[in-house]
Amino acid sequence: MARYRGNLEAIKGLVRETEVHRDVYIDEEVFQLEMEHVFANTWAYVGHDSQVAKPGDYYGTTIGTQPILMVRHTDNTVKVLHNRCPHKGTRITTESCGNTGKFFRCPYHAWSFKTDGSLLAIPLKKGYENTGVEQSHAGRGMSPVKHVHNYRGFVFAKLNDVGPGFEEFFGDSLSSFDNMVDRSPAGRLEVAGGVLRYMHNCNWKMLVENQTDTCHPMVAHESSAGTAIEVWKNAPPGAKKPMAVEIYAPFMAPYEFFENMGIRVWPNGHGHTGVHHSIHSDYSAVPGYFEKMAAAHGEERAKAILDENRHNTVYFPNIMIKGPIQLVRVFKPIAANKTLVESWTFRLVDAPDMLLERTLMYNRLINAPTSVVGHDDLEMYERAQEGLHVDANQWVNLQRLYDPSEVPDTTAVTNGTTEWQMRNQFRAWSKFMTMSM
Amino acid sequence: MTAPTDQQLIDFVIRETRLIDQHRFEEWLDLFAEDGFYWMPLEWGQTDPRLTTSLMYEDKLLLKIRVERLKGNRTFSQKPKSRCHHVLQTPQVDSRNEATNEYVTWTPMHYVETRLDQQDLYAAWATHTLAVVDGALKIKLKRVDIVNCDAAFGNIQLFM
Repeated sequence: MARYRGNLEAIKGLVRETEVHRDVYIDEEVFQLEMEHVFANTWAYVGHDSQVAKPGDYYGTTIGTQPILMVRHTDNTVKVLHNRCPHKGTRITTESCGNTGKFFRCPYHAWSFKTDGSLLAIPLKKGYENTGVEQSHAGRGMSPVKHVHNYRGFVFAKLNDVGPGFEEFFGDSLSSFDNMVDRSPAGRLEVAGGVLRYMHNCNWKMLVENQTDTCHPMVAHESSAGTAIEVWKNAPPGAKKPMAVEIYAPFMAPYEFFENMGIRVWPNGHGHTGVHHSIHSDYSAVPGYFEKMAAAHGEERAKAILDENRHNTVYFPNIMIKGPIQLVRVFKPIAANKTLVESWTFRLVDAPDMLLERTLMYNRLINAPTSVVGHDDLEMYERAQEGLHVDANQWVNLQRLYDPSEVPDTTAVTNGTTEWQMRNQFRAWSKFMTMSM
Repeated sequence: MTAPTDQQLIDFVIRETRLIDQHRFEEWLDLFAEDGFYWMPLEWGQTDPRLTTSLMYEDKLLLKIRVERLKGNRTFSQKPKSRCHHVLQTPQVDSRNEATNEYVTWTPMHYVETRLDQQDLYAAWATHTLAVVDGALKIKLKRVDIVNCDAAFGNIQLFM
């Protein structure tokens, strides 16, 4: 029996000012409604346009659980299409990415489509004469996603007509993307290094909340980062601290470090940690990089760009980016208790290779299925996914540094250990969940 | 030992996985040369560990962190501990070069890792690049290519 579908009050009742009901994490019906509403009314991340550099290049992915593809059209714009043949439903892309040439050709019956989705040809066309096929769903070709926006290479799409426009949805939060792109002397990023894919048996929102949870690193990661620090203590005196230890050690920084780094919240559920400094602030300088930045941007501007060391920026609903190390994590929902985490890395065009090398090292030390930091986190998510089935207490608490005068949907900078950003996400969740109900 | 026999190379590889299966991780770590690496590529046929992401590309320091972590009192992802099991085909000696002190073996294997009620099976090829250091064989590079290296995995917590 449906408890939530068609029951607006029940949906609204899931999110309170400082707590949320466990059904937002464990209930399949709520999950299905999230796919239909939250992921359709917001601007979801599709991919980076360097993944489809040339006309005909395509990349297949999902928005929520909806299969879509991104393709570079013959006019050089990036299109987003629903990934099925309009005829029998066959997935159009033969591989997860590739080049389709001037048109897509369905491998089942050879219907073909231009790279904007419009119908090009049907074999033995006379069989459709006087059938009215032009008026059918099939006759209209592959369905395009209407609302697509390419922001400095990052492609977003919105499935529904309702919901805010791109600029209104993101507002000032785009400054985190700006800082990431500005770190390239050429002002351009390229996907590089390969994507790490990590399967999690937990709800997608647990991962999103973790990104601004600054009270867990020194606890959950004591096993990994703490051990790294202990092992490094035995290094011979005067030994140069390796890149890996520079990456691990800040996870063990004390509470004060995280309190003082600050958190900024933005409207529509976006926000970031590391307003003033972050775990990425004290990495060793890479030889030759600042000179290239100064030549491209001027010394003062280059310094301003590199002094901005935001930690994690969450874009509602389901991605996190790290500007200082050019990393994008996508938390792809599969079921209420299943999430695929993709961690993408980028090359700063015209910057020294060592920056990419460090980014890739960070990615495999922190975000891989073989990463000890990943093991620490996933253990906690899976324990929570299990523990939430306790009936005696059905609520998850988000109260840290709550002030009853807290204004929803606003821009504010506050203490780095606040859970305001988690509350911000759930206020956005309620808003976009109910917007089209 | 000056130049190892083929049988000595084979015995070394078999003993190496036995040490993992028996959780004798300190002894296992001692099998690596001081500049040795453990590499688990992410891409099929990957050639570059530096500017292409890997699942693991770890020197002895990073491996030691893993080994110490597995014993840690607050290593919650190892409460309870994972167990593992290797089934190897007989290692094949691919090349031996006494002049450069480099010996390469190739070993197809199945690897099972378990924790609680979960059991995961992986198929992989291990390529060992070995050298004689102070009279004993040591690992310069252990490369593990998982058949479905680019699939989405859950936790892999021990060593293949």
